[in-house]
Amino acid sequence: MIDRSRRGRMLAAAAATALALGVTAACGSDSEPTSGGSSAAAPVTVKVQTFGGGKNFGYKEAIDKWNASHTDIKIQEEHLTDQFEQVYWPQMIQWLQSGSGAGDVVGIDEGGMGLAKAHPEWWADLGEYGLSNRQGDFAPWKWDGGLTADGKLFGLGTDLGGMSLCYRRDLFEKAGLPGDRDEVSKLWPTWDDFIKVGQKFQDKVKDTKFVDGTNTLYNVVLVQEAVKNGGVSYFDKSNTLIVDKNPAIKSAYDFAVKISQDGLTAKLRNFTPEWNTGMKKSQFATLGCPSWMLGAVSGDDGAGPEFSGKWDVAAVPGGGGNWGGSWLAVPKQSKHPKEAAAVADYLTGKEAEVSVFTYSGNMPSNTQAQQDPAVQGAKNEYFNNAPVGDIFAKSASTLQPVFLGVKHAQVKNAVESVISALDDGSVPYDQAWQKLVDDAVKAAG
Amino acid sequence: MSLHVDSGPSTRAPVPPSRRHGRPGTGRTFLSWLDLKAAPYLLISPYYLLFLLFGIFPLGFTLWYSLYDYDLAGTVKWTGLGNYTALLADSAFWNAVVNTLGMFVIATVPQILLALLLANALNKRIRGRLFVRLGVLLPLVTSVVAVAVVFTQLYGRDWGLFNWILGSVGVDPIDWKAERLPSWLAISTMIDWRWTGYNAIIFLAAMQTIPKDLYEAAAIDGASRRRQFWQITIPMLRPTMIFVVLNSTIGGLTLFAEPTTFYGGNVHGGSNSQFQTVSMFIVEQGFREFDYGYAAGAAWLLFIMILIGSLINFLLIRRIGGKK
Repeated sequence: MIDRSRRGRMLAAAAATALALGVTAACGSDSEPTSGGSSAAAPVTVKVQTFGGGKNFGYKEAIDKWNASHTDIKIQEEHLTDQFEQVYWPQMIQWLQSGSGAGDVVGIDEGGMGLAKAHPEWWADLGEYGLSNRQGDFAPWKWDGGLTADGKLFGLGTDLGGMSLCYRRDLFEKAGLPGDRDEVSKLWPTWDDFIKVGQKFQDKVKDTKFVDGTNTLYNVVLVQEAVKNGGVSYFDKSNTLIVDKNPAIKSAYDFAVKISQDGLTAKLRNFTPEWNTGMKKSQFATLGCPSWMLGAVSGDDGAGPEFSGKWDVAAVPGGGGNWGGSWLAVPKQSKHPKEAAAVADYLTGKEAEVSVFTYSGNMPSNTQAQQDPAVQGAKNEYFNNAPVGDIFAKSASTLQPVFLGVKHAQVKNAVESVISALDDGSVPYDQAWQKLVDDAVKAAG
Repeated sequence: MSLHVDSGPSTRAPVPPSRRHGRPGTGRTFLSWLDLKAAPYLLISPYYLLFLLFGIFPLGFTLWYSLYDYDLAGTVKWTGLGNYTALLADSAFWNAVVNTLGMFVIATVPQILLALLLANALNKRIRGRLFVRLGVLLPLVTSVVAVAVVFTQLYGRDWGLFNWILGSVGVDPIDWKAERLPSWLAISTMIDWRWTGYNAIIFLAAMQTIPKDLYEAAAIDGASRRRQFWQITIPMLRPTMIFVVLNSTIGGLTLFAEPTTFYGGNVHGGSNSQFQTVSMFIVEQGFREFDYGYAAGAAWLLFIMILIGSLINFLLIRRIGGKK
C-alpha cells in the first residue's frame, strides 16, 4: 500500500481532474433520452421528431386528424429545434449512432440525406412494411433520395423547397415601388435588377433594410448556380470537396458580399431569435422563400398573425430553384417500426401533404398531392392571397435536383458562419473567401 | 481547494490498541481488523466508486481516444499524437484559448475585488444584515441559462436595453455579438452577476473568523480602517482566497453555458468565433463535426491548461501579504 500522504495528494489531484472533466463532459450531454413508446396493451404512441422555424413541418392538422380517428396508434410530434445543421442533425446522429434517443419517425433535411444514405444500419427497411409501392407517388430524384447506399427504402419525401421571393407589400408601396406581385416580379428578372430595386428601396426607407442578412439569399443563389454547374454544390458526386473549384459557390459568395457592401442587409442571421424578432419589428422587407419558408414567416415565432396580409409572394430573380425539402425515416432503434412505418406512410400520403400545404405552405413532394386541386388552386391568405399553389407547383415540375455530399450539413454550417461573419463585420470582406474555403476544408476533414 | 486535503496521520505509526475491544483474541482479530481498518474505507467508498466511474474512467477513456482519429459516423484510426500536433497548429483552437483566457481575466479580476469589498461591507453592522446577505446569494439560485437568456436580450443589438441607454447619451449602438471585446464584456457581466455574491459570502465567512482583538490592537496603534483592511483582513483571508481563486480558475477556464446561450445555443461562439471558449470548441469538434479524437485531445489540453492556470494562481495568491 502506498504511503497515505502521497495518496492524499493523488486523490486531491484526481479530484481536481474530475471537477475539470466533469464540467467539460457535462457540456455535451444536453440530450434528453426519449422513450420509445408505451407498452403493447395501450395505444402505441409514435413519436415524430421534426425541426424548422415557425410552423416547421406543418403537421399540426394532419396529426390532429389522425389522432381523432385512430385508437390503436397515437402520433406525438416533438419539434426539437429551429436549426437543422447546428442542433437537430448532430443530436440525431448521436442518437442514431448510440442506438437510443431518436423518435419512431424522424424528419431529415436534404442536407443530412447524404450521410443518412451512407448508414443503412441506422434505418428500418420500409420495404419490409410494404412501402415500396409508394414509388409512383414521387419524382424519381425524390424517391432515390430515400434509398440507402445498398438500395433499401428508408425515407419517404415530405416537401420540396421550390423557390420564390417573399416581400412586404406595404413597405414596397411606402418606398414608391409597385405592390402588386406580378409587377414586383417584373422588377427583378435578374439578381442585378434585384440589387437595383434594393438600392431604390433603401433610398426611400431608412429604418427597414431590404433583405434579412446574407445567409438566406446566399443559399438561394447557390442552388440556382449549382444547377447551372453540373448539379453539384460543396461536393462532387464522388464526395470530394469542391468548394474552391465550383463556380456556383463563388458566384453565391460574391452576391452575398455585394448585398452586404451595398448596405442592403439587416445583418441578421436566419433562424436565430434575433431574426425572428426582426420579422416582428419589420427590420427587413424581402426574404428568399422556398415553400417551407412561408410557414416560418407566418408562424407565431416568425412575423406572426400581426403581419397577415402585409407579406406577399413574387417570383424569384434568376428563375426557379430548389432549396430544402425533407424526408421522413424510421430509425432501426424504434420499438414500433411497423406502426412508425404506417405513420410515415400517412404523413407522406396525398391527404396529409395537401393538409400540410394548406396549413403551412410546404410544397408537397407527393406528385398526387401536387396535382390535387386544393394545392393547384391554393391561395395563401397570410400572404395576401398569393396563388402559392400555382407558384410552387410550377417550380416543382421543372425542379432539378442538386447532389449533396455525405458531409454537406457540416460544410454548409461552417460556410454559413463565414457568410454571416462578413455581414456583421467580424471577418473583413477581403479575407472572407479564404476563410470560407479554409473552414469548409476543416469541416469536411 | 483540494490541494489542502489533510493527509491524516501516517500509516507508519504503529496501530494503537483498540480501546473498545481491549486486546483482541485470535478469533476476533479479523472482525476487529474489519471494524478498525476496513470500515472507514467502506464508508467513504460510495464517493470513490462514483468518482472512479464518472471521474477517472472518462478521463482515461478520453486520453485513449485522443490518440485515435475517431469519426463518430465513420472510421476509427490510430494516430498517436497526431491530434495533439494538429491542435497546436490549429488557429481555431488558439482562438478559443485566447477567448477563454481573455474572458477569464475580464470576469474574474473585478469579480474577486468586488466580492472582497462586498464582503467587507456586509461584515459591518448594517440594518437588515441577514436580508442583504441572503440577497447577494440570490443570483446563484437562478438557472444559468435563464440568466444568459435575459442578459442576451439586454445586450441585443437592435432592441436591447444597454444599447438603448447608450443611445440616449449619444453613443452609437454596439453589436455585442459581432465585436470581440464587447462580446467578452457582455459574457463577463453574466458570470459576475452570478458568482460575485457567492464569493462574497465565502469571504464574509472567513472574515468573521478573524479575531477581533487584532483589529482592536491595530486601532490602538492608530491604524486606519483602510490600513486594517489591507494589512489584517487580506492576509488573514489567504487560505480562502486560494480556494476562491482556484474555484474561479476552474469555472472560468471551462466556461460554456453563458457564451453558448449568448449565440442562441450555437457552439461556434459568434459568426467568427469571437467568443468561442475551449469548452465550446471541444463540443463543436466532438458533437458537431464528430471528430471525437480531436475533441478528446482538446479536452486534455484544456485539463493541462487548468492545471497550469491553477498552479500559477496558487503561487501568486500564496504571496499575498508577502511576509510568509
